[in-house]
Amino acid sequence: MPLVLNDEQGLLRDSARGFLAKNAPVSHLRKLRDQRDETGFSRALWKQFAEMGFAGILIPEEFGGAGLGYVEAGVVMEEIGRTLTPSPFLSTALLCAGTIARAGSEAQKKEHLGKIAAGERIGAFAIDEHSKHNPAQIALSAKRSGNGFSLNGAKGIVVDGHVADFLIVAARTSGEPGETKGITLFIVDPKTKGIETERTIMVDSHNAARISFDNAQVNADAVLGEVDQGWKIIEGALNVGRAAVASELVGAGEEAFARTANYLKERKQFGKRIGEFQALQHRAAHLYCEIEITRAAVLKALQTLDEHFDHAGSIVSVAKARAGASATLAVQEAMQMHGGFGMTDEFDIGFFMKRVRVGQELFGDSNFHADQLARLNRY
Amino acid sequence: MSDLEVFRKETRAWLEKNCPPEMRKPVQSEEEICWGGRKWKFHSEAQRVWLERMAEKGWTVPEWPKEYCGGGLSREEAKILQKEMRALGCRSPLDSFGIWMLGPALLKYGSEEQKREYLPQIVQGKIRWCQGYSEPNAGSDLASLATKAEDKGNHFLVNGQKIWTSYADKADWIFCLVRTDFSAPKHEGISFILFDMDSKGVSTKPILLISGKSPFCETFFDNVEVPKKNLVGQLNKGWEIAKYLLTHERAMIGGMGLRAAGRPVSQIAADSVGLDAEGRLADPVLRGKIAEVSIDEMAFVFALERAGDLAKAGQANPAFSSVLKYYGSELNKRRHELLMAAGGSAALEWESPRSKQGALARAWLRTKANSIEGGTSEVQLNIVAKRILDLPGA
Repeated sequence: MPLVLNDEQGLLRDSARGFLAKNAPVSHLRKLRDQRDETGFSRALWKQFAEMGFAGILIPEEFGGAGLGYVEAGVVMEEIGRTLTPSPFLSTALLCAGTIARAGSEAQKKEHLGKIAAGERIGAFAIDEHSKHNPAQIALSAKRSGNGFSLNGAKGIVVDGHVADFLIVAARTSGEPGETKGITLFIVDPKTKGIETERTIMVDSHNAARISFDNAQVNADAVLGEVDQGWKIIEGALNVGRAAVASELVGAGEEAFARTANYLKERKQFGKRIGEFQALQHRAAHLYCEIEITRAAVLKALQTLDEHFDHAGSIVSVAKARAGASATLAVQEAMQMHGGFGMTDEFDIGFFMKRVRVGQELFGDSNFHADQLARLNRY
Repeated sequence: MSDLEVFRKETRAWLEKNCPPEMRKPVQSEEEICWGGRKWKFHSEAQRVWLERMAEKGWTVPEWPKEYCGGGLSREEAKILQKEMRALGCRSPLDSFGIWMLGPALLKYGSEEQKREYLPQIVQGKIRWCQGYSEPNAGSDLASLATKAEDKGNHFLVNGQKIWTSYADKADWIFCLVRTDFSAPKHEGISFILFDMDSKGVSTKPILLISGKSPFCETFFDNVEVPKKNLVGQLNKGWEIAKYLLTHERAMIGGMGLRAAGRPVSQIAADSVGLDAEGRLADPVLRGKIAEVSIDEMAFVFALERAGDLAKAGQANPAFSSVLKYYGSELNKRRHELLMAAGGSAALEWESPRSKQGALARAWLRTKANSIEGGTSEVQLNIVAKRILDLPGA
């Protein structure tokens, strides 16, 4: 398959770009932040996402979705990266819907997928428990109790956890933290007794929550996949999340770079446009190279998820590691080259810097994925 | 089964049948790379057979048209061939400046007669080419070159000197930039000509480099007579061809590091620092650096693939080869620094059978030229700033 977008994917990109530029530019995020919006996102916008077919992008047509693939999901994420739009697209449409579509029972699919596609239901994927992503360390316990399980423990940085209608929770049903065996996924109603949700206002004004479980009871039919066999489903979901965030980082990095390149062409000092200075030209050119190399790796990761889902791990790690690093470089250079203006809250560049920092952290930063690659190659 | 799947199956079967087992082992030293040409002495019978069989199918240059003895494969078929060769560990049957540089330029700018004359010999590895570009006073500022070719009626009379001419002493022919109009602005008086290195008046002098090897030469032209029909394109319009060829050279140099075989750096490091109880390299900082370079290498492979696909789709910026040249050559330097760090003191033995006569160290030193030859990294960044980013005054 050629490592370029095909015509349909190009059209999808154009329509997502047009839609987001019109309905949710960076000022949309700024407004939500300044108004201290209770949810941190716009339900009306999410409804429009659904009408565009984005909410059901990974959901098979028989359940009311668009039945598209990971490349298409990445295309939309990249555009979301350009506008920094906060939306449940990642949490609900990609992580939760994707996981249920791949691993859920017929009953679970019927229950959730149609409503997600219609923009009527929001889900959140609760996996991390520590400050640094390390999914094998899952300790939140699920002990058999009555007809089902009793959950005890806590999750952090649950994207959109504060507005979720349902949670997918990774819990330990056997073994010790550090082991990949013995992990089970549950679909849980966050209103269940014993569950407490605390919205965490993040540096990037995007949405996340800490969620604690104190003897929270779930039925046996809440199990997603099989008891103790959740690791493979989690790996798949995480790889989708990583490739998706990598796409978002490409979009955010590229937009920050584009704004910076424009600034270099306009800003005058010493009687010259500052883009005439070779010291800045070379840094801008270097950054362009880094972004382009990353773009190729990210598209390859998305294509590999579409073609060989179970063998995408190392390429996804390459993509996420690269995307984190080059987007970070992009926002750092953007900040420096914008001079004092970049430091002001009034200027948008700071929003890009903040979002990229969060994107770097989500589902493993560049260091985590370098370690992953070394492990996969046994050194 | 789709056509491509059929092609994959047939290709695999053909390679399994026709690629000699010796040609499926990694290249151990530079000497084992096949360059072909009139003066070429095959390293082994297997090397000869492998070149002959691949050349017969045109698969030394899979995507060139069949009418010039190329493989005539589509881009997708060529990718499959490449993948299958990699899977079997097949060596490149032929490395050649004819394939990487001159051929693409002839396909675009050569006369029909020139294409029929030169391209098949390139495909078959019969003529080894060298590149007469740089001069002592024309390095990064290549267009200021001064080697002159005077019109003497039925021939050009060439006088001057080239430098950094890769393998000039081993080459059969040269593609050469010469000044044919001294009164015109520097870019508008250059012509692109071809001639036989056995011509009277051509001499070469290898330059000893820090690696202890001499891949480059000084090349002297003293009243060399070159037939007029050896002019490619129009008189005084050679700079356009020169630049076009440079984009191919840059893509080639950028991708060069990935062709280098040998043991993975993680294995070399394992010998030097050992493994911990969990099987990880015992030096965690070195391990991290190796992983980072591996990430960049994998990403760069995809970038090369994508650049080819974009070109095929007509969506490529011609200046993108500067991105590949810059990134690939800098990456190759990083990789060799890391190889030296991984090898430790064992890699420092310059003259010893244990180090294969300092193979790693010599390769490391050789890579320092990567970011100079074919246009320095700084020149590539200038090109990106000007032709892609459109920055002012660039």
